[in-house]
Amino acid sequence: MVGEHFMTGDHACAEGGLAAGCSFFAGYPITPSTEIAERMSERLPQVGGVFIQMEDEIASMNTILGAAWGGWKTMTCTSGPGFSLMMENLGLGLVLETPAVLVNIQRGGPSTGLPTLVGQADMMQARWGSHGDYEVIALCPSSPQELFDLTVRAFNLAEEYRMPVLVMGDESVGHMSEKVVIPPADKLKVVPRNYTKKKPGEYWPYEFGKDEVPEMVKAGDGYRIHVTGLTHDKRGYPIIDAPTQDWMVRHLKNKIIKNRHKIIDVEETNLEDAEVCVVSYGISARVSHRAMELARDAGIKCGMLRLVTAWPFCEEKIRELAQRVKAFVVVEINFGQMSLEVERCACCKCPTYLVPHAGGDIHDPEKVFEAIREAVK
Amino acid sequence: MKKPAKEPSTVFETDLRIHPMAHYLRMDRMPHIWCSGCGLGSSMTCFIMGLQESGIDEKRVAVVSGIGCTGRMAGYLNLDSFHTTHGRAIPFATGLTLVNPDLRVVVISGDGDIAAIGGNHLIHAARRNMDMLVLCVNNFTYGMTGGQAGPTTPVSARATTAPYGAFEYPFNLPYLAMASGATYVVRWTALHLRRLKNSIAEALPKRGFRFIEVISPCPTAYAHKNRLGSGLDVMKFYRENSVIKHGADPREADIEFTGKIIVGKFLDIERPTFAELLAETVTAKVGGAR
Repeated sequence: MVGEHFMTGDHACAEGGLAAGCSFFAGYPITPSTEIAERMSERLPQVGGVFIQMEDEIASMNTILGAAWGGWKTMTCTSGPGFSLMMENLGLGLVLETPAVLVNIQRGGPSTGLPTLVGQADMMQARWGSHGDYEVIALCPSSPQELFDLTVRAFNLAEEYRMPVLVMGDESVGHMSEKVVIPPADKLKVVPRNYTKKKPGEYWPYEFGKDEVPEMVKAGDGYRIHVTGLTHDKRGYPIIDAPTQDWMVRHLKNKIIKNRHKIIDVEETNLEDAEVCVVSYGISARVSHRAMELARDAGIKCGMLRLVTAWPFCEEKIRELAQRVKAFVVVEINFGQMSLEVERCACCKCPTYLVPHAGGDIHDPEKVFEAIREAVK
Repeated sequence: MKKPAKEPSTVFETDLRIHPMAHYLRMDRMPHIWCSGCGLGSSMTCFIMGLQESGIDEKRVAVVSGIGCTGRMAGYLNLDSFHTTHGRAIPFATGLTLVNPDLRVVVISGDGDIAAIGGNHLIHAARRNMDMLVLCVNNFTYGMTGGQAGPTTPVSARATTAPYGAFEYPFNLPYLAMASGATYVVRWTALHLRRLKNSIAEALPKRGFRFIEVISPCPTAYAHKNRLGSGLDVMKFYRENSVIKHGADPREADIEFTGKIIVGKFLDIERPTFAELLAETVTAKVGGAR
């Protein structure tokens, strides 16, 4: 598939997975992500992989974790209602520290909501949707090309940090057709699984060094591992007490917090002299880009920060910008999710204005432009 | 204090110090959490003996459990073992077996885990004839949470959430497994140690979806609440009320409160598995190599 294609975002996402070495997909049909599963059902057998359509999204998420412990790179995709069902075993994947990729092509919610129309209201669910304390990595593609690129990156991050990684797309980007360039394999960074070199008896599944990332093994290699969703020690044995809980939860958080500078990715445009900073992601970032151009045409010093990674949040960047801009304008298809993070990190140094949208459509750039104009007044 | 008549021999001492199944158990996790009189210890013993008898290299066996008393078995077995979320052992095992067909994947979990919260996964894995052995230890209750009613609680049995007696129709698990597509269906009680061990040894090397139900006493929650006596009393009940009927129609194997328990091998057939059908109908045509 190397070369230039005119391709939908969903198909580009599937190709990204394949390029990154995904050989196992388990999923359940749900608009607007179904095309990823369809593409995988056609393509995976061609590369010796396995596609399975599960009975629901709970099973899908679980099955990819099982297959990951069998030694394969695995992935699933879904949208709002299915994302809710996957929360249970997203938590299991995070606690078992299992590499996998979960793609959410967001539609309007809550509940069944708007199956065929766009939304971006699962951003906080991505961060907090499974119970308990933990950190996540979530990437936000703004184009079909990025659905390819960021799916590859999601697989790499999953291996680098031994955890499920989220790709938070949206219906507009998923269903949009654009030019997608698939680079040759030697031009693509693909991170292999970090299998331990230790011998059976020397290895523990949750023993880690300074970078907080434990090494992997797979079932059947003679390590006789035990892993559990219960709070566990470095051996993977359940220990039900407060000190072990403290050790494990701190580790799950520190794994991301300590490595955040290697994970966080933002795109800055015209921020050098900016008086107002537009913050956006996914399809909304493209609308915001147009609004920024309108503002610049009107003589407003407007810049833009695009969140390529939503989680971990680019806290330091917002704190730094808050010292020098007059206002933040956050554009997202919800009633304020990532804007809460911007507001928290701006720390009252400057106001944060939200341009909300309930979903079902993308923002009108004129309205975003109006908000920018109001913000600098 | 009187000295023992004879000093124990070295061999005798060694035998006492090392548990005969220590090789298969995580001895650093002992003692286990199971109550005295529970059928899980003997079920685990049967599993280990069945595994030994099958001759399968234990390094190529993976055990997957869900949540509950039975769910803890994965953590005690010194094999690759995965303690997953409540009801989800079967889909996790589905992923493991599909990418690693040489691995013998065994799901060991309880009736609440497999038939209530995981019921949907049970029927679909059976329908697909997915390669796995499911050992479902059925004690008619949620033991770990203190004895609530479940999908197998017999009518009129009492539970903490059925204080006036259960009235829902319970699942007949062998019938459910067979109707859903399982190719090997067996039921024993925790009393039938040799027969259970033999069935496990027979089922382990087979392909397809294999289902073994083990009727097991829960003296702390179920038997106590229902005045059925100790674990030993329940075992006596099994001895007096189990009826071995190989080849019986599982439809006739409903379990009633203090009624007869029909046990035996109900089904042992061959049918192409999911992996075989995938290889024949898709991979052979498309011809991709990893």
